[in-house]
Amino acid sequence: MAPHDLRRPFKRPAISDQQRRRELSLLRQTHHRRDAQLQARCLASSVLSLQSRSSEPVSDVGVELVPKSESLPEQESGALTKDLDVRQASRLKGAEARKLMLPEWMIDVPDRLSHDWYVFARPAGKRCIVVSSNGTTVSRLRNGSILHHFPSALPCGARTRDVSGSAQSYCILDCIFHESDQTYYVIDMVCWRGYSLYDCTAEFRFFWLNSKLEETGACGPPSHYHKFRFSPVSIYSCDQSGLLASYTGAVPYVKDGLLFYNKHAHYQTGNTPLALVWKDENCSQYVIDTDSKGQVLSQQQVVLELRDDGKLSTSDDPVVIFGCLDGEVIQMSGLRSGDLLKFDISVGGLTLVDGKLEKADLHYLGKVNRARIFADSYSKVMFQHMVRHTPLKFEDLLASISLSDDQENKPCDSEMVG
Amino acid sequence: MAMEITQFLLAAQSADANVRNEAEANLRQLQQQNLPVFLLSLSVELANNDKPAESRRLAGIVLKNSLDAKDAITKEALVQQWMSVDISFKSQIKDLVLRTLGSPVPEARHTSAQVIAKIASIEIPQKQWPELIQSLLNNVTQSESHFVVKQATLETLGYVCEEISHEDLVQDEVNAVLTAVVQGMNLAEHSVDVRLAATRALYNALDFAQTNFQNEMERNYIMKMVCETAKAKEVEIRQASFECLVSIASTYYEVLEPYMQTLFELTSNAVKGDEEAVALQAIEFWSSICDEEIELQEFDTPETGDSCPPHSHFIEKAQSSLVPMLLETLLKQEEDQDQDDSIWNISMAGGTCLCLVARTVGNEIIPLVMPFVEANIVMPEWRRREAATYAFCSILEGPTVEKLAPLVQAGLEFLLNAMKDENNHVKDTTAWTLSRIFELLHCPSSGFSVIASPENLQRILAVLLESIKDAPNVAEKVCGAIYYLAQGYEDAGSSSSLLTPYLTSIITELLRTADRTDGADSKLRSSAYETLNEVVRCSNIAETSKIIAELIPAIMSRLSQTLELQIVSTEDREKQGDLQAALCGVLQVIIQKFSSSDDTKSIIRQAADQIMLLFLRVFACRSSTVHEEAMLAIGALAYATGPEFAKYMPEFFQYLQMGLQNSEEYQVCSITVGVVGDICRALDDKILPFCDGIMTLLLTDLSSSQLHRSVKPPIFSCFGDIALAIGEHFEKYVPHALQMMQDAAKACAHLDVDDEELMDYGNQLRRSIFEAYSGILQGFKNAKAEVMMPYAQHLLQFIELVFRDRQRDESVTKAAVAVMGDLADALGPNTKILFNDCSFCAEFLGECLQSDDEQLKETAGWTQGMIGRVMVS
Repeated sequence: MAPHDLRRPFKRPAISDQQRRRELSLLRQTHHRRDAQLQARCLASSVLSLQSRSSEPVSDVGVELVPKSESLPEQESGALTKDLDVRQASRLKGAEARKLMLPEWMIDVPDRLSHDWYVFARPAGKRCIVVSSNGTTVSRLRNGSILHHFPSALPCGARTRDVSGSAQSYCILDCIFHESDQTYYVIDMVCWRGYSLYDCTAEFRFFWLNSKLEETGACGPPSHYHKFRFSPVSIYSCDQSGLLASYTGAVPYVKDGLLFYNKHAHYQTGNTPLALVWKDENCSQYVIDTDSKGQVLSQQQVVLELRDDGKLSTSDDPVVIFGCLDGEVIQMSGLRSGDLLKFDISVGGLTLVDGKLEKADLHYLGKVNRARIFADSYSKVMFQHMVRHTPLKFEDLLASISLSDDQENKPCDSEMVG
Repeated sequence: MAMEITQFLLAAQSADANVRNEAEANLRQLQQQNLPVFLLSLSVELANNDKPAESRRLAGIVLKNSLDAKDAITKEALVQQWMSVDISFKSQIKDLVLRTLGSPVPEARHTSAQVIAKIASIEIPQKQWPELIQSLLNNVTQSESHFVVKQATLETLGYVCEEISHEDLVQDEVNAVLTAVVQGMNLAEHSVDVRLAATRALYNALDFAQTNFQNEMERNYIMKMVCETAKAKEVEIRQASFECLVSIASTYYEVLEPYMQTLFELTSNAVKGDEEAVALQAIEFWSSICDEEIELQEFDTPETGDSCPPHSHFIEKAQSSLVPMLLETLLKQEEDQDQDDSIWNISMAGGTCLCLVARTVGNEIIPLVMPFVEANIVMPEWRRREAATYAFCSILEGPTVEKLAPLVQAGLEFLLNAMKDENNHVKDTTAWTLSRIFELLHCPSSGFSVIASPENLQRILAVLLESIKDAPNVAEKVCGAIYYLAQGYEDAGSSSSLLTPYLTSIITELLRTADRTDGADSKLRSSAYETLNEVVRCSNIAETSKIIAELIPAIMSRLSQTLELQIVSTEDREKQGDLQAALCGVLQVIIQKFSSSDDTKSIIRQAADQIMLLFLRVFACRSSTVHEEAMLAIGALAYATGPEFAKYMPEFFQYLQMGLQNSEEYQVCSITVGVVGDICRALDDKILPFCDGIMTLLLTDLSSSQLHRSVKPPIFSCFGDIALAIGEHFEKYVPHALQMMQDAAKACAHLDVDDEELMDYGNQLRRSIFEAYSGILQGFKNAKAEVMMPYAQHLLQFIELVFRDRQRDESVTKAAVAVMGDLADALGPNTKILFNDCSFCAEFLGECLQSDDEQLKETAGWTQGMIGRVMVS
């Protein structure tokens, strides 16, 4: 008969360090596996590492920079996924790795504005992407140059504690840095604690932004471990009251126009018609383009790209043709295909038929500053043109809303999944 | 029909290895040629009273081993083998072993009792041996049976009850068996041998008696008989009876109330006056009661309280008499009990029980113990001082920190002085008490420590670093004290700086202690290295990286010296292995510590070549196995070096393969699998040239029935690691790997839900299968994602199955919800139809989004976004 198993002597607790080492190793492996999988699910770290490796020269401030659309093939959703992958991203270089979503200019009022859109007052300042990771926070301007390198209360944004094992907690925020109150106004959330929000709707992203940012203490006043204050902006559903609130409401920052976001749009890098910017003198200091001295130009200027066939195009995809240079002129001025050329829009102006560009009275001024690498977008040219001639007024926006409110009771099919 | 095998059986026990090996080979051959005849021959040998006892004994053992094995898979094969034997052979064998119960040779009776039980365990559940119980009962109840038969039969009944469940028999049979056993314990009717056999049989049959213990009358009868035999004249019977009481205490705690008065008297008499063997069981009875009550308290959930058995507070009720009784036992120390690990005596049992009582009753223990401590701790007699110290130590866990802190703070200086006591035992127990104090009452990271000031800490370390030079047993306890002292500063933020000024001298003393040669075994050395590990882990890295960096060459040179050791015997080999394990362990801890920050990681990078070279030499000094600790350290090194690790792969790969093939030492295999994952993450697609070899071995391991099951989940996770590293190149492994994953997913559904250990395993397996899918899907995201399309449906079904499982573990939930997002992410619009049909998804996501776990909520949010994108595409 087997004797009863004797109890372990209490006085000799075995500290099995080997077992502990095994367990700690397993724990480390589990963490790293999770990190690797999370990394595959989004691209936070690629934004950080790629841009720091970028050797792209810093462009002049004030120059409009948009991603090269030909290098980011946007065949709708399928290709989008690829852009977001780490492996793919690691093959991209410098200028192509700019990840901001850029609004088009509002040249007509979208349908269902009050149903499908958000609106908020855009803070004036430097648009930048803010990445918190590995105990530090970096903000970068659209051209890739570093604006600030600082500790913040964002997840993993400061070395306040031992940060080992929490590398997965990076965040990417789309912000505007507002000089006078030294505050980062967060206008979108791209990645939070390692989770990519690229493929989430604006509705979801804004909800997430509002519920998460506050929790971290990032909205608190600056401190040793938190150098700049972050602040969300008030985002309204674009109904009558929302539109009015964003237009007339007091905000702690200088406004630079209104931004409109389609609720169902994913975060799409580059120009998108699902985000729109609109401004007038009441809500922006910079409505009409100015020269380098801040003087309003007497005539509107546009930057267009010269193509093989002598045609002049915008930066859009597909391009919009504004005119044509004849071969002789090209030869005489020694211009080549791909050159960016600056024109005045002369007295003839832009002739529109049914809202479409028919003719542009262009007056050649010369080649543009070499730092400039993109032509103007169609919506920008049109918006500037309208501002000078038949601006889209705030009343028009309001009117379109009350018009659609009248039709509110109409049944409508929504194919969006909420 | 039976063969003559006596000579082989005797030769197989020869002192001459050649004779022995040949005989074993012959026996194996006979077994393979004709199993039924071989088994019959064994039973004939066992039954034959004319044969030598030695050959009969071995025949019985071989027969028993042909019916049962420890390993579940072998066991199942043996069961099938027995069932396929022709029935006429089986009947003859059963008759022969039953007849042997009457043999005059005790060993033959004992062996056949075991064989009968093994056959019964196979046949009774299948109703293939209906006459067994009756024939055994006849042996016991017929008055003409010889007492030898009765004794052997009672033993057999005990074994049979242990092997089968009471549900395998009809209740009448169960009752008859227990009646026979319990009546066998009757003093008036039976001889000593029969009563002893009956009491031991009852011990084995206690689980079997579940139904009878629910019936008050039957229970009363059984308890009455046990309590009577507990007072038997014969010490062996008393001991067997107390063993029954110990087992009853844990199996039938909830029905003990009416008997407790009697049991208290019985046990306290035994503790005070009986032979040690009996007294130890009497103390064990109370320890078992404590175990039950502690478990009830720990799982006490008042809101659900329905299924919980009642807490009877036996310890609380008995403590005023129980505690003084236990304190008395503390004074019965043996002179050399601290020198020898195998010693177990009444003072150790009493002390252990006292600790359990303290954990059971909490604060109430303090007034019962402190007067004893205060009265004895200053006595001239060392036994009194030691007992007082031990008693103080035993109440450190249980009472609240608020009650303990003032006591400990008041006593700390006394204890530190006692480290200079003239008696070794007193110092040993004092050092152990200090280590318990630091373990339980020193936690700066949560804001509390009995070490009130930096001056306190200085004083403590001065004493410890002096006492570590004391006798080996004391030094070992001091290592424990330093271990827990350091542990308190883990994750303690700025207070971890408090230890920094002493770090150099702590490390120096620990290394010196590890080098001591006066310890009887290697325990002191391994304690010293283990403590060193903890000190490194818990140090403030920013302040101490320089000091710890200096430790690297010191450890490396020691490790390098082990390669020069003269190896003559297997014992030398073992010693070398142990030492290498300890040193590789230290290196691993340093590597892991330094890898946590970029500043210190570069220190490892600089030393990586030399460290790796050394590890390779450690591997090379063994021929067949790889060194587990070195493997563990290499995993950490791969993480630290990143892609640089590629240069070590050509040389290291052979050991990696060796590790993956080591299915016997499954820990080694498991660790190697983990290291493959580390290397995948370090090398990314540079691991590709090695993947064919690795995948082949992993797939072989998965299909092996020999390999311990705990290795299988890590292998699935590793599939995910590999796929994530090599992306689309995983395509060629998909058919095999996915087959294995699907099979394992199916197997999860068939695990026994009542077996807690198995449920744990099931959860690990589920999680690892999801991790494999996640890695593979993400790996294919850029290219060839369509390869995974045929498996999507099955994956969703598996997720649903897991979702429906109410016992699912949180980590499984996380992995499941993440893999759902990965599926949508990787396969995109192709999965629209699948997700459309998948009604549980929304429910599952909803549940996760409601969770309190932020990480889970975020994962679910991400997955929701991914699925949302697919649905609008």
